[in-house]
Amino acid sequence: MACHRIVRAGAMALGGALGAWSGSARADFAVNMTPGVTAISREVYDLHMLIFWICVAIGAVVFGVMFWSIYHHRKSRGAVAAQFHESVLIEVLWTVVPMLILVAMAVPATQTLIRMADARDADVTIKVTGYQWRWHYQYLNEGIGFFSVLATPQDQIHNAAAKDATYLLEVDQRLVVPVGKKIRILTTAADVIHSWWVPALGWKRDAIPGFINESWTLIEKPGVYRGQCAELCGKDHGFMPIVVEAVPEAEFQQWVATMKARNPPTTQAASGGQPL
Amino acid sequence: MNIAAAPALNHEHDTHAGPPRGLGRWLLTTNHKDIGTLYLLFSLLMFFIGGSFALVIRAELFQPGLQIVNPYFFNQLTTLHALVMIFGAVMPAFVGLANWQIPLMIGAPDMALPRMNNWSFWILPFAFALLLSTLFLPGGGPAGGWTLYPPLALQTGQAFPFVILAIHMMGVSSIMGAINVIATILNLRAPGMTLMRMPLFVWTWLITAFLLIAVMPVLAGTVTMLLTDKFFGTSFFNAAGGGDPVMFQHIFWFFGHPEVYIMILPGFGIISTIIPTFARKPLFGYASMVYATASIAFLSFIVWGHHMFTVGMPLAGELFFMYTTMLIAVPTGVKVFNWISTMWRGSMTFETPMLFAIAFVVLFSIGGFSGLMLAIAPADFQYQDTYFVVAHFHYVLVPGAVFSIMAGVYYWLPKWTGHMINEKLGRLHFWLSVVGVNVLFFPQHFLGLAGMPRRIPDYALQFTEFNMISSIGAFLFGFSQLLFLYNVIQTIRGGEPATDQVWEGAQGLEWTLPSPVPYHTFATAPVVE
Amino acid sequence: MATQATNALAVAHRRVVRRLLLVVAAMFVFGFALAPLYDVLCQITGLNGKTGGRVAVARPVAVDETRTVTVEFVASLNAGAPWEFAPKVTRMAVHPGQYYQTQYLARNLTDQRLVGQAIPSVTPGPAARHFQKVECFCFNRQAFQAGEERAMPVTFIIDPELPPEVRTVTLSYTFFKLDDAGG
Repeated sequence: MACHRIVRAGAMALGGALGAWSGSARADFAVNMTPGVTAISREVYDLHMLIFWICVAIGAVVFGVMFWSIYHHRKSRGAVAAQFHESVLIEVLWTVVPMLILVAMAVPATQTLIRMADARDADVTIKVTGYQWRWHYQYLNEGIGFFSVLATPQDQIHNAAAKDATYLLEVDQRLVVPVGKKIRILTTAADVIHSWWVPALGWKRDAIPGFINESWTLIEKPGVYRGQCAELCGKDHGFMPIVVEAVPEAEFQQWVATMKARNPPTTQAASGGQPL
Repeated sequence: MNIAAAPALNHEHDTHAGPPRGLGRWLLTTNHKDIGTLYLLFSLLMFFIGGSFALVIRAELFQPGLQIVNPYFFNQLTTLHALVMIFGAVMPAFVGLANWQIPLMIGAPDMALPRMNNWSFWILPFAFALLLSTLFLPGGGPAGGWTLYPPLALQTGQAFPFVILAIHMMGVSSIMGAINVIATILNLRAPGMTLMRMPLFVWTWLITAFLLIAVMPVLAGTVTMLLTDKFFGTSFFNAAGGGDPVMFQHIFWFFGHPEVYIMILPGFGIISTIIPTFARKPLFGYASMVYATASIAFLSFIVWGHHMFTVGMPLAGELFFMYTTMLIAVPTGVKVFNWISTMWRGSMTFETPMLFAIAFVVLFSIGGFSGLMLAIAPADFQYQDTYFVVAHFHYVLVPGAVFSIMAGVYYWLPKWTGHMINEKLGRLHFWLSVVGVNVLFFPQHFLGLAGMPRRIPDYALQFTEFNMISSIGAFLFGFSQLLFLYNVIQTIRGGEPATDQVWEGAQGLEWTLPSPVPYHTFATAPVVE
Repeated sequence: MATQATNALAVAHRRVVRRLLLVVAAMFVFGFALAPLYDVLCQITGLNGKTGGRVAVARPVAVDETRTVTVEFVASLNAGAPWEFAPKVTRMAVHPGQYYQTQYLARNLTDQRLVGQAIPSVTPGPAARHFQKVECFCFNRQAFQAGEERAMPVTFIIDPELPPEVRTVTLSYTFFKLDDAGG
């Protein structure tokens, strides 16, 4: 018990020291995935925690047995080695039982995956294109499109200025989306493979040149959600962040109108088909 | 066939007292012990080279901001760190152990094809000289990751053909080595040593050799396709020409996943040798261990898609790969349970090899648990390409494969050299390594979960603390390995004389030989009861 | 006696080596074979957004008037493709079994002759195989004189086998510049 307290005290002292030392950095010991702000992100988080706790339980039992054996079955304690060396029954047991545990895990995982694959009936569709080294966003129905580039000044990166709180995670033009509406994200790329990832939404999807992928999200809470490119794409792979700003529907429409006024769409977006 | 009457394979040495002298010995040797030594020393050198790349990486990541290297060079370091560690350190080390131990364990005078054995080794220094020389080319070395994904990999400059050629050379070396291992094990076992009486290290190497034969040619094919895409106008992976960059990933990982089992199965064999020795008890479930190893090898061919969960595979594909990947946990778990059952009600002592073996069981299992988490496809959408993955594979490779190699070296060095290792130093090396490796890699789980992507030279402020801790661990772990180097050199040169038995509980043909083993052994095959 | 044993051993080794080299060769070929194999698999299953390829003849198919599917048209330019490239119409309401025609507009922004190639990609995955193109500018390389602008047609049909749960199909083209301007 005392041992445990000493270790914790030591860890906190170390953490405090590091926090103080790192100066302008926020002391942040985030150890876990975010539950996020969508139903899917919460499901993913729950799945992650379920598997994690199962692993902890199995580990505790298995390592517990092993350390017990290390303590008790030592030659220095006078242990004499037994000679048993096989048991078909036990081999079958510890093959079948883990399989059953795995099946139990696979069921909720399958359900979540199926739900994540359903991108139908979206309210807003946005085409995301990865470039070296920035993102391009095009709202297919609203007729607006823009690049989104890292806004952190080079001075901060090269340690000539203090780093602000959103270091490496701010852009010049955010991806503004409506809260509570289903948003379909199409990903592609213009040069090499990138990957679009916002942890708060619960998923990432690769952006592959020449191909189109679709994903969807429905953000429940207004806020600013930050992410990064998640596929090595060259020298500035670490410098092309994503910032999603989820706002109420009315505010979103206003933003769309402002963006349209700034950059009138060049192609006529029309509906309706001309059958032959 | 009467192997018992097989003569020594090197007639020239019949008139010499021992091995030839001078540099020529090492250049021309066909002796499995010499070649094993060459592989092991080469891999140790590569371990330190790859390790120094890692230290530069961790030094850059000590604090947010760019302090030491520019991002492009950083990418070269991460790429070369992986290529050197995988193809230069881990694989050659296991081949070195195979060379030393397989003939001794099966009662054979040497490997089946001794001259090819020499070529297999000597290709490697050339291949790595070629690979590392790219750092000095204008435009630098490869910087697209060891996984070489196109189109990014095709943006590599002058280094590109060098890298492809180096990879081909490494592949040829591995394939020749694997052929040699299989021929040796199938044809040169002493009479009485049936397959199901072979030491488990030999079994795991037999299975590993088949994996190598199956997948190294696929790697060769796929990097050749990259080469022709870049220089000869093909469009295997170029969408503009009707190709598909994702297809590269499929073909690469079809090689890549069995590759990671190639890098651990011999380690399983080493642990299965060490634990029974120091528990003074036979390995629990020998047959089960053989079947589990074979199952892992078979399953390793049908899980590759788990490296690609985020590319946009159809649902059916994602589910298939999720299920098969989860399934691999079963035979792996069986092995862990068997090791612990070997320890159970044994009579254990904890010399350095055993310390490393125990650490392997715990820490490799932790790597296995994070692997199971990664197998869950929807959760993997959050883990993929983050430090969670980096933590996972470093746990299975460093306190996994590397610890097993060190355990094997500590275990067999007295037999090879005739001297006991410095046990105090071994213990110190062990404890510093265990603490170091965990301080280095455990926080990386948190970094990945908190949202830090991999392969980035700079990061957002919330990742500062754990990066700092990890970098401190890196320097602690890295410099501790000098203790291993010192111990190995010291033991080669002298030390307390080792008995033939060396370790009280050791079983197997190699322990029937004198310590140090003579240059030529088993000229006449022993009979195994 | 010793020589016999050595020979027998050499024969045994040669046999093993020969077989293993065959496996090596086979796996090397397999690596390359994975390329066309992959394409075939994708076309049969419609995986990876590869569309059903060109339909040779406009054959009569029953139109399913009861079902309406939204088709979205998306355009992308690969880096280094100096065109303006956009769909004339961004979405259409279509009936499966009915032929439709639409166009993509492209303009060469440079003062040189350029040749481009459009590569299609369809999402969602299960829909790709059912999206068939009778005529498409993506079938051929497209040469553009300096500053040339033109409309490029696509004639397509969604076959009635389209899985019932699919309500929107997105057709995306990425326009690439081909290096060899001669064609």
